[in-house]
Amino acid sequence: MAKHETPMLDQLESGPWPSFVSDLKQQAEKRAKNAEGIEFQVPQDAVEDLLGVLELSYKHGRTHWKHGGIVGVFGYGGGVIGRYCDQPQMFPGVAHFHTMRINQPGGKFYTTKFLRDLCDLWDFRGSGITNMHGSTGDIIFLGTTTPQLEEIFYELTHKLDQDLGGSGSNLRTPADCIGQARCEYACYDTQALCYDLTNEYQDELHRPAFPYKFKFKFDGCPNCCVASIARSDLSFIGTWKDDIKIDQAAVQAYIGGEIVPNAGAHSGRDWGKFDIQKEVIDLCPTGCMAMDGKTLKINNRECTRCMHCINVMPRALRIGDERGVSILAGAKAPILDGAQMGTLVVPFIECEPPYTKIKEEVIEPLWDWWMEEGKNRERLGELMKRQGLQKVIEVLGVDPDPRMVQEPRSNPYIFWKEEEVEGGWERDINEFRKHHLR
Amino acid sequence: MAFISSGYNPEKPMEDRITDIGPRKYDEFYPPVIAKNKGKWLYHEYLQPGVLVHVAESGDEVYTVRCGGARLMSTSHIREICEIADKHCGGHVRWTTRNNIEFMVDNKSKVQPLLDDLAGRKFKGGSFKFPVGGTGAGVSNIVHTQGWIHCHTPATDASGPVKAVMDEVFADFQQHRMPAHVRVSLACCLNMCGAVHCSDIAILGYHRKPPMLDHEYLDKMCEIPLAIAACPTAAIKPAKVEINGQKLNSVAVNNERCMFCGNCYTMCPSMPLADTEGDGIVIMAGGKVSNRISAPKFSKVVVAFIPNEAPRWPKTAETIKQMIEAYAKDARKYERLGEWAERIGWERFFEKCELDFTHHLIDDFRDPAYYTWRQTTQFKF
Ligand code: HEM
Ligand code: HEM
Ligand code: HEM
Ligand code: SF4
Ligand code: SF4
Ligand code: SF4
Ligand code: SF4
Repeated sequence: MAKHETPMLDQLESGPWPSFVSDLKQQAEKRAKNAEGIEFQVPQDAVEDLLGVLELSYKHGRTHWKHGGIVGVFGYGGGVIGRYCDQPQMFPGVAHFHTMRINQPGGKFYTTKFLRDLCDLWDFRGSGITNMHGSTGDIIFLGTTTPQLEEIFYELTHKLDQDLGGSGSNLRTPADCIGQARCEYACYDTQALCYDLTNEYQDELHRPAFPYKFKFKFDGCPNCCVASIARSDLSFIGTWKDDIKIDQAAVQAYIGGEIVPNAGAHSGRDWGKFDIQKEVIDLCPTGCMAMDGKTLKINNRECTRCMHCINVMPRALRIGDERGVSILAGAKAPILDGAQMGTLVVPFIECEPPYTKIKEEVIEPLWDWWMEEGKNRERLGELMKRQGLQKVIEVLGVDPDPRMVQEPRSNPYIFWKEEEVEGGWERDINEFRKHHLR
Repeated sequence: MAFISSGYNPEKPMEDRITDIGPRKYDEFYPPVIAKNKGKWLYHEYLQPGVLVHVAESGDEVYTVRCGGARLMSTSHIREICEIADKHCGGHVRWTTRNNIEFMVDNKSKVQPLLDDLAGRKFKGGSFKFPVGGTGAGVSNIVHTQGWIHCHTPATDASGPVKAVMDEVFADFQQHRMPAHVRVSLACCLNMCGAVHCSDIAILGYHRKPPMLDHEYLDKMCEIPLAIAACPTAAIKPAKVEINGQKLNSVAVNNERCMFCGNCYTMCPSMPLADTEGDGIVIMAGGKVSNRISAPKFSKVVVAFIPNEAPRWPKTAETIKQMIEAYAKDARKYERLGEWAERIGWERFFEKCELDFTHHLIDDFRDPAYYTWRQTTQFKF
């Protein structure tokens, strides 16, 4: 017998898509039965109360989680988010229901051994409810109490060799695409760079010292599977400088219909016979491709590496060999000043361990500038907007490059600096008046 | 429920303390075929919706079966995933950015038994536990945030609307009939944990009433200058109020100026905005993050408000279905929803999707607004 009636939530059990309500109910039942005799360290009925409080939110059309409560583990300013229910009498099982962010492994590959270890820990010391995964990337443990925080941290670090992720005004847990682990488009090892920077910047990850949050995300190519360009303060997107490699025999196989275009992504509908002119050459945004008899030609200097032709013909076309990353800065969601897309600040940089140039010439100068100039709760992108891309160029000490802009300015309100104008700004009005009467 | 210590000693928190060790290293968890062929993949193909094969230079193959999942998962569910991974995949499994679960096997003969196993697993309520799909030119899993399940600022729930919408578009999760892939995302407030502002279709929780003022507690709970500074439209100013004969420091909000961002509530818990009628959903459309063909784009607001219709959000689900059908019918192969809208023009987009254009859809927020007004005679009747 369920502890709370949930008539509204029950309606989310039907339909084909996996029902979180059914899952919560199975977990609630399992905890109630406790066949394994676990000595639960948070209330046994936590999940039943979670269902109850959610039902109440459905009834009210409002959340019942409170804004309030600073909790964490000793020495860390991030990784734990305090959460309290605003109806603790009704739902004592979730009166305290904090979130812990567990730093996920790169590419989100797991062994079942590690997953089970996490489940054992979370069944014992938490609600057994998780997010796989949060939007930032972490494994999210939802629902524990304050006395358990240090215990969980102790077990994570001592037994599972595993750390917390980030929250608050610090580096948030970096996240990457699957990259070279299983994607032929990856121009660099996203997992290696993500892991290296995550470890290098543990202090920034766990101890808030920034004006606001800061996110790194890593996409192996311009397809941007982890959306780095839209949701990270620094976005690393793999790219190449030399020529797209062409297997002309495979091109013919696509034309002849022996290989399906776009890896079979359009199999659900009859789009007609593959037409390389219409589907590839004419859609190339730079118009840099052409068929020369039976040979596909690409004028690589004009290619902007948009990935379209490679996506359509992955067996005929391959990324080039001179690989690296483009770095874009300042993407963020609307709060406060409107949404921003990442802006290209480093068109190309090599990307081999130990990544010294990336750290010393890009990340750290940007952080220093932001920590110096950023206002409280001002994201890097907002500071860039306030002080200008020219300031970023100055901070990075790089040469201005037409690649950094969509187009040159159309307003002539040019701010010259005094040192840029011959003779400076200080002049003698009396000298001037000698030749210009009042 | 006796307290059991793990060995941590609160008297000496620094004793044996291990910190800043970071995550476990990714390559500990690679399946052998991945470890062996990393960086040497030649090409991939979708054998059927939800099933991929990747072929390496060595000739090795890895078959991936992708399943949808609710991102909110219990340990019971994760243990079931482990059981499947042990049975079919040598104890390895991974998750995708869009919260899908991927089971990988190194031989084609292992695919069908895995598919059969997955198809047979259902929750007691009747829904699939592991529906296969989410690849290619279809609708993949909806990435979303916490909503009423665990956050303090949401204007809508997350898991509920996602379940309702995925039920509605379920067939397209399992097929490849779209012109290009369709990415749907949900954020339950303007903070937008995640990146719904660049999705083909975005569901966004939105408040429509200015904050209430809990004068009695405001000065005790909040740093008033921070709350004032937090407002992007400068709608908040300091005020003195009298309550029960007591003069209190508090704030006043110029309601006309408020755009309901909730930023003040973030800074000051005594300024809640949540409201049953006030809160609901904004639908945005036409965004993308990939650089394929056209540049990444922001999503645009196409429906300014839909009420929260718990538990199944029918109007939201129906509106999304309507847009997906219009797009499927009209767009060209490889054209993303936003590229389609730009080609046919937004005036046609509203017509074809049967959506009303209202004054709320005209931008009026600062400079960027101007760049969205039409400055040409090139328009369509
Ligand atoms: C009563 C207790 C409070 C609780 C439990 C609480 C909880 C939280 C949580 C969970 C977050 C999100 C952190 C993250 O995303 O990583 C947050 C963010 C924030 N809270 Fe509170 N809060 C409380 C009170 C306050 C107060 C009184 C203020 C300001 C006067 C405040 C200011 C903020 C700010 C500025 C952020 C954004 C932090 C960031 O940049 O990520 N909070 N709060
Ligand atoms: C006004 C300030 C903000 C506050 C108070 C805030 C609060 C929170 C809270 C409470 C959570 C944790 C939800 C939970 O696990 O229970 C959270 C998660 C998150 N926030 Fe924010 N947030 C703020 C701004 C932002 C912004 C501007 C972004 C992105 C641009 C953002 C991105 C995220 C992400 C990615 C997560 C993880 C979501 C997940 O668990 O999937 N937040 N935030
Ligand atoms: C560096 C300062 C400026 C220069 C060199 C400049 C020069 C010019 C020139 C050469 C024209 C075109 C005249 C023609 O039709 O042959 C023009 C037009 C105009 N200017 Fe300026 N101007 C300046 C600043 C301003 C300012 C500050 C304003 C207004 C406050 C202004 C308002 C206008 C207007 C309204 C027109 C007529 C535009 C039109 O009819 O399309 N100008 N200006
Ligand atoms: S971003 Fe590029 S490299 Fe990474 S998974 Fe997507 S297509 Fe592959
Ligand atoms: S990658 Fe894009 S720009 Fe380059 S040749 Fe292919 S379609 Fe054209
Ligand atoms: S989008 Fe808003 S309401 Fe939703 S989890 Fe993030 S902060 Fe909370
Ligand atoms: S909700 Fe936003 S706009 Fe309204 S008063 Fe608060 S901070 Fe200002």
